[in-house]
Amino acid sequence: MENLKSTPLEAEHIKLKAKMAPFGGWNMPIQYESIIEEHMQCRKSAALFDTCHMGEFYFKGDLANTNIEMAFSFKIGTINVGKCRYGLILNEKGGIVDDCIVYRLSADELMMVVNAGTKDNDFNVIKSVLKGNFIFEDRSETTSKLDVQGPLSRELLRKYFPGIIDELKYFSFTKTSLMNQEVILSRTGYTGELGFEIYMPSTICVDVWNDLLKDERIKPAGLGARDLLRLEMGYPLYGSDLDEDTTPLEADLSYFVHLDKDFVGKEALLKQKETELEKIRVGFVCDSRRAPRHGYKIFADGMDIGYVTSGGFSPSLGKGIGMGYVKPQYSSENTILELSQDRVIIKAVVEKIPFYKDGSLRK
Amino acid sequence: MSRYYSKDHEWLEIDGNVGTIGITDYAQHQLGDITYVELPEVGTEIKQFSIFCTIESVKAASDVYAPVSGEIIEVNSKLENEPEIINKSPEEEGWIAKVKVSDPSELNNLMDKASYENYIKELD
Repeated sequence: MENLKSTPLEAEHIKLKAKMAPFGGWNMPIQYESIIEEHMQCRKSAALFDTCHMGEFYFKGDLANTNIEMAFSFKIGTINVGKCRYGLILNEKGGIVDDCIVYRLSADELMMVVNAGTKDNDFNVIKSVLKGNFIFEDRSETTSKLDVQGPLSRELLRKYFPGIIDELKYFSFTKTSLMNQEVILSRTGYTGELGFEIYMPSTICVDVWNDLLKDERIKPAGLGARDLLRLEMGYPLYGSDLDEDTTPLEADLSYFVHLDKDFVGKEALLKQKETELEKIRVGFVCDSRRAPRHGYKIFADGMDIGYVTSGGFSPSLGKGIGMGYVKPQYSSENTILELSQDRVIIKAVVEKIPFYKDGSLRK
Repeated sequence: MSRYYSKDHEWLEIDGNVGTIGITDYAQHQLGDITYVELPEVGTEIKQFSIFCTIESVKAASDVYAPVSGEIIEVNSKLENEPEIINKSPEEEGWIAKVKVSDPSELNNLMDKASYENYIKELD
């Protein structure tokens, strides 16, 4: 039996009768009552997610003299104080070790937010490239994180962060206070809706959770809804859509790779750019409510041309959607695909992501 | 009319030689939000305890097993566009198919309501 970790909110989830399941080494709520209702709650009003399982690293040091740029596919030095940036950590082969967000806390301080299941490895990979004088700490144990996502999230949080909440731009953050503790409030998320993430000392997490839920416009949502929300946006999930054998070029994440700086894996990516890719990530929409699942094979013209990495029923579209890797010649829009496992055959067409286009993300 | 239950959480309502098949409230609860039902075709011969349709929920695809052998004579086509009926009313509105029962003695392999309720109590 796996030794699962618990977030500070485990007892609250159980009180709310959540279905709990292992995720990234943690015992997490998958759903409270209904995944689809929790999904719609986030699209229409506001949803509260326990994301305490995610990892937070703290770095302090001269960015130019500690080799920190080598650890990330994207530029760290050009992130302005108060802004955050999404990108990748790669291995020497250009494979994706993790995706993450780096926050520029001050001229020489960073916070890095990484996935739960990869956290320890990420820490070692980043640390292995650092040189000179620096502080690099894993603060995941003492840091809790709650995500408030949905079109009403700003309105709901205004009473806690008056003024500040209205000034915060997309992918920005600020240090502020909540329940007499210093917290980081960022306008980030992974749902496609206007949303905020609050990083706080774990000591206040339960109180903040319960206080937020006093407002009936917000409801808790589990990882099931979170997965569908990110899938409708075409956001990749590490472990399903991204792994160490897949490069950012294959994952169609080149935008987050800055080839005009040095980083681990760059040589491999430059070499890969000169050859034809063997696979590329695409999104597809099915012709029925039937949903493809991770591991289904993808066929086109009667040939096996790839595999599904994420799939599900899209409540917003009323159809099955998914993403996966196909041979590049089958990656253009409207290409007809067949997704198959055992006796299931689902017809689908390649479509541009995001599948869901009406989100409040930038409102 | 009398109602029978299988260990795989299907119910079967017998009226003369016609059986109506669905999944139990316990089963729909375990599956969560149902998003798709692959209905069998009318005329198909089904065999007791063999797969006769597939139900997909947000989380996974699950097979449904025939509680009795026979020929499918009607399906609940409402489920094509509103599979969530099974979540709302699994043991009435959310019936899946009607079958002409070929071997009534197979009913002996099923449970009555009281036995089924005891059975699911042990599972929890």
